[in-house]
Amino acid sequence: MIPEIGQFALVLALLLVMVQGTLPLIGASKGISAWMALSRRTAQGAFFFLSLALGCLIYSFIVNDFSVLNVANNSNTKLPVIYRIAASWGSHEGSIMMWVFMLGMWSCAVSIFSKHLPEEMVARVLGVMGCVSMGLLLFLLLTSNPFDRLFPVPLEGRDLNPLLQDPGMILHPPMLYMGYVGFSVAFAFAVAALLGGRLDATWARWSRPWTTLAWCFLTIGILIGSWWAYYELGWGGWWFWDPVENASLMPWLVGTALMHSLAVTEKRGTFKVWTVLLAICTFSLSLLGTFLVRSGILTSVHAFAVDPQRGMFILALLALVIGGSLALFAFRAPKVGTGGTFKIISRESALLANNVLLAVACGTVLLGTLYPLFLDALKLGKISVGPPYFEAVFVPLMAPLVFLMGVGAVARWKEATLPDLWARLRWAAAITLVAAVALPFILGRTSPTSVALLALGFAMAFWIITASLAGLFDRVKYVEGSFREKLARQPRSFWGMFAAHIGVAVFIIGVTVVKGFEIERDVRMTPGDTVAISNYTFRFESMGERTGPNFHASRGTFELSKNGKPVRKLYPEKRMYFAHGMPMTEAAIDSGIFGDRYVSLGEPINDGKDSWSVRVYHKPFVTWIWYGCILMTLGGLLAISDRRYRVSARRETAKPSLPPLEPAKLEKA
Amino acid sequence: MSETTQETTTVSPVGIKARHKRFLWIIFGLAFFAAIVALVLNAFGSSITYFYSPTQVVQDEAPHGRAFRIGGMVEGGSVVRDGSGLTVRFNVTDTAETVAVVYTGILPDLFAEEKGVVAQGKLDEYGVFQATQVLAKHDENYVAPEVQAALDEAHKARAAQTLEQ
Repeated sequence: MIPEIGQFALVLALLLVMVQGTLPLIGASKGISAWMALSRRTAQGAFFFLSLALGCLIYSFIVNDFSVLNVANNSNTKLPVIYRIAASWGSHEGSIMMWVFMLGMWSCAVSIFSKHLPEEMVARVLGVMGCVSMGLLLFLLLTSNPFDRLFPVPLEGRDLNPLLQDPGMILHPPMLYMGYVGFSVAFAFAVAALLGGRLDATWARWSRPWTTLAWCFLTIGILIGSWWAYYELGWGGWWFWDPVENASLMPWLVGTALMHSLAVTEKRGTFKVWTVLLAICTFSLSLLGTFLVRSGILTSVHAFAVDPQRGMFILALLALVIGGSLALFAFRAPKVGTGGTFKIISRESALLANNVLLAVACGTVLLGTLYPLFLDALKLGKISVGPPYFEAVFVPLMAPLVFLMGVGAVARWKEATLPDLWARLRWAAAITLVAAVALPFILGRTSPTSVALLALGFAMAFWIITASLAGLFDRVKYVEGSFREKLARQPRSFWGMFAAHIGVAVFIIGVTVVKGFEIERDVRMTPGDTVAISNYTFRFESMGERTGPNFHASRGTFELSKNGKPVRKLYPEKRMYFAHGMPMTEAAIDSGIFGDRYVSLGEPINDGKDSWSVRVYHKPFVTWIWYGCILMTLGGLLAISDRRYRVSARRETAKPSLPPLEPAKLEKA
Repeated sequence: MSETTQETTTVSPVGIKARHKRFLWIIFGLAFFAAIVALVLNAFGSSITYFYSPTQVVQDEAPHGRAFRIGGMVEGGSVVRDGSGLTVRFNVTDTAETVAVVYTGILPDLFAEEKGVVAQGKLDEYGVFQATQVLAKHDENYVAPEVQAALDEAHKARAAQTLEQ
């Protein structure tokens, strides 16, 4: 009964979004306010029914209703309840259900937090989101119904893939999808602006918080995915340039560009056409990500479901969304106008250059990801493009990007001069240079390539930190009061930028140090053996057994000591899940601020002595990679909480905001 | 960004006319584009890995001295571990031909006899595949598309042979 209610709720939601995606749009173009007014109610109604459907699905999982195919394939009576809930979005059907639910949630949020927007704008934005919902709901109902029944009813389910039975996997998909789907708001705003011909600073101010929020979710989603891969796949890598990871990185890169481009559009009224194009691209790449992951054309961790028919449907949807919006863009963009002017040396230029670099970086990732698929489709041979390609292309693009990040944060809008920039940044440059040259040697590296890579990494990180501090100093110089008051008077949007940029630096330090100093040893160990790496010693004490709710594990006991003093015990496991008969490695990690000590079991070696192959790793500063991402997200959240978004919410017609306390203006005054 | 070039009479501080400046922009854009293309092609050239089936390797279609991927099934009973270290030997087969593989390191969780496998590495002078990486699959029912294709190919070839006889 419950699954039928869920199914029925989905159909009702479809009917509502059909209204949401048509009448308000027509109403907006013909000026029929009754039709426009439908947009809010239908969006909220659709969200209600989508929540109901998701609730029914989760309920079916909790009560082990194996008459539902989806439940029978992805759950098991022995599966702990929390993973049964997570299994609701672990499967293909469930994840699309989640996608649609989140789209409903964002639409509902727009309908609630858009009181200050013109009615016409709301109708168009929600209308566009309704159209997207329609496509995805049809996809869900026609090709991947999560409530399909199974007869005869099996007594036991097949269980969730053991790789997904992990706390990280409970959070990763919802966060990632919140990000993907959140960009639909920016997309809808862009399309609405093209339809209505209204594209100004006010428009940019409306779309900014939505875009930043989506970006924060995507950042956290990618972070959790990376962290999960690090400890759950059992071999200590944090980024594999796997096509599916690339699929989430691409919208992130373009979304980052979009966020910055929106800032320029809001503050200077320029970059409009470019901003709209980025908004369209970001959401298109989010859809492409879903397509790549869910069509089963990729060999990857995520390619559990293989079904070409679904692939065709998403491909058609993708063509419709991208083709349609780009066609609209081609027709309407020339009418939008370009906006204010600026000189080659200015903050605008730095931001534009970084936008281009981010877009190009995304393009190279796209090329590396799709090229093997094209070759295969054209029967020109099977190839794979590995991490060396992405690293060789990505690093040279990121170096100028990071340089301009520092310059852009202190350069003046409209026109800056080189002598002035030099005056503001010379200390930053000096400290950066010293750090980059000295640190690799202080840390004891001598081989030329290793020194060069470390120097580059440290230079990038220190440049961001010192240039950000120079920017902060510039801002407080002309503010009166004590040092604390000076800092307190900076707007939150500034602190958001500051935190996010420092986050990038922290991330770069993490990557640089872990690449330069990580030690990975694959060894054969018999109980009693010790392995020493840097100043740590791992002693393999014994092998034991442990039985979990739905698995049986061989559990090793290792003693970790630092400089001869015991630190703690580590218990890596090799689990065998009953339902799948699938072995799983559970790494044991001693994690600290300055890095991780990592042990994972390989396989038993039949030599009668209880020997195992063991991975023993020392990963200095690997945690900084996650800290960096967290800082970036916090920065985004701080920027959203800025006062001016709330102030403008109370004003009926918002005016372009004045750049708060711009040094250039104060100097002239 | 070309807005700055619209006032044709203005002379920038460096003394270049706007028309020339636009020209410079175009040159700069092309140079940037060329640099990106060079970067991509260079990276592609050194990091693309081709995939070959055991039949192709035996027929000498695979390169020598260059890394490639091989895929197929791990032949039953062929997995041998050496006495002291972590070196493993096994045979990869597409049911028609078989190639010997040597790998030192820890095998992925789902590596097993009679199951699909993909390995990356080089052929040595004795025709043994020295693997640097053995790739994991993530679901016990999942067969990498490359492996499936190699198996299908071998199957077809055998069917054609039987018909000829």
